[in-house]
Amino acid sequence: MKFLRSITPTAWIGLFIISLNLVLFVAGPHIAPFAQEEIVGSPFDPPSAAHWFGLDQNGRDMLSRLLAGAQMSIGVSLAASVLSFTIGITLGFIAAIFGGWLDTVLSRIVDTVMCIPVLISALVVLQALGSSIPVLIVTIALLDSTRVFRLARIVAQGINVLEYAETARLRGEGLLWLVFKEILPNALPPLIAEFGLRFCFTFLFVAGLSFLGLGIQPPFADWGGMVKDNQQAILYGLYAPLYPAAAIAILTIGVNLVVDWLLAGRSAIQGADR
Amino acid sequence: MTTLILKRVALGILTLLLVSALIFAGTQLLPGDVASAILGQNATPESLAVLRADLGLDQPLLHRYFSWLGGFVTGDLGNSLANHQPVADLLWPRFWNTMALALYAAVVSVPVAVTLGLFSAILRGSLFDRAVNIVALAFVSLPEYFLGLLLILFVSVQYNLLPSLADTYPGMGFADWLKATTLPALTLVLVTVAQMLRMTRTAVLAVMDQAYVETAYLKGLRTRRAVLRHALPNAAAPIVNVVSFNVAYLITGVVLVEAVFNYNGLGRFMVDAVSKRDLPLVQAAALVFGAAYVILNIIADISAIALNPRLRHPR
Repeated sequence: MKFLRSITPTAWIGLFIISLNLVLFVAGPHIAPFAQEEIVGSPFDPPSAAHWFGLDQNGRDMLSRLLAGAQMSIGVSLAASVLSFTIGITLGFIAAIFGGWLDTVLSRIVDTVMCIPVLISALVVLQALGSSIPVLIVTIALLDSTRVFRLARIVAQGINVLEYAETARLRGEGLLWLVFKEILPNALPPLIAEFGLRFCFTFLFVAGLSFLGLGIQPPFADWGGMVKDNQQAILYGLYAPLYPAAAIAILTIGVNLVVDWLLAGRSAIQGADR
Repeated sequence: MTTLILKRVALGILTLLLVSALIFAGTQLLPGDVASAILGQNATPESLAVLRADLGLDQPLLHRYFSWLGGFVTGDLGNSLANHQPVADLLWPRFWNTMALALYAAVVSVPVAVTLGLFSAILRGSLFDRAVNIVALAFVSLPEYFLGLLLILFVSVQYNLLPSLADTYPGMGFADWLKATTLPALTLVLVTVAQMLRMTRTAVLAVMDQAYVETAYLKGLRTRRAVLRHALPNAAAPIVNVVSFNVAYLITGVVLVEAVFNYNGLGRFMVDAVSKRDLPLVQAAALVFGAAYVILNIIADISAIALNPRLRHPR
């Protein structure tokens, strides 16, 4: 109860938005009234009772495409964030626990990668390999894991020298015990907040790449690509590209509201760095 | 202080070299090679060999890297694969376009963000602080294209105040240029101000919590004097970091904004090159972006060193 009461009203709004999006992520394509590729009218038909958000540039139902796109947009960025965290935490913990040359080498590589803006690195890789969903997920995860690595390394270093970690080591516990029973549980709170920030970042990043035409490729519907496809409609005062763009914005705001609450009281400079 | 600055510059040059190596390595990820990617279905062993020699692909990797880097230093960036024009002629005008847009946005956003961030830190917990914070959080979360499209819808389409496409051409008047680029610059300003003011607020708050600021208040100084004379000089270096971080962000944030407003800058140029898989263009654009980013960080670090009283007056 005490925990529930500590949740601020803005955090509740964020949690509501996140749960709603998770429902869309799971059920989206199944509750969509039309198939995502089905042409049901003429391009940019205005919203009506049958088509709540009108039709897109090819005369497909906007609502159905938004629902189908949820799976792609959220799925790809979720996969990338999870992979990024697995890589970042593993390497970060290794660097913190073993130290020495391993730590130096890993840290220098990460520093160098972080010297290049993420978008530029991603564009270079996409130029070489072409854009496909596995390439997108792995590229973004690898680039993003540098940020996770830094945090995981610092947090683990801090915990590794505390009395309870020392005690466990003296007691003769093995490496796995040290990582899973001592370090990981205590490193979780900052890492969870970071996961929210990193998810925001990858989500905006995937959507941004799709908006540039280099992310998720047709025939799959995704929110960033839908903004791009319908962009011209704005010049005629039509709202078509604003719906997917708003869907992207709302989820990001929701996650940020929750992260803001998680980080409240910490003095760390926050905000998803892009 | 001079040694420290020289060290930082040397480190920066080393970083630039590493960045160039990384970019070069990134473009070599392709399984097979560029020649077979260009020719695709039409490849015959003879045409492949000719093209490879043409592109210098028959040389060893390290040799190719150094000749690429050497070409960069001497201003020869190679030729585009798509239309065989020199990359340098295509790239630099667009680079300056992008810099002009980023500068326009920075000139507006930096003073606004730092002032707002400073006031919201001084008035911590007040209605003003909370309002600014909530609005900033919302803007941080909005993608550039959402803001850009909203601005087009309201400013260009409904009220017809400013053009929706940022059409610029060489030799256009300054007033016309401002008119064409105000909407893209405004989009960038909205995103960066939000981010920058949140970070400024955090940086200033960290200083305001220090004992000497409390002492200044306790000995009866007015807020104005306590902030301007005691807190601000020490917050200057972190604020410079925040500003440089966000200006660096501007350099890449511009890519999406250029796509929204069809602005003829380096970002859109690079995105086009990536979709055409035009290797020399992508390599060059990536190195220019990377270098701009690294150089900006060096400038920021040097200003932070210069602003640090403890380093400015060594004992």
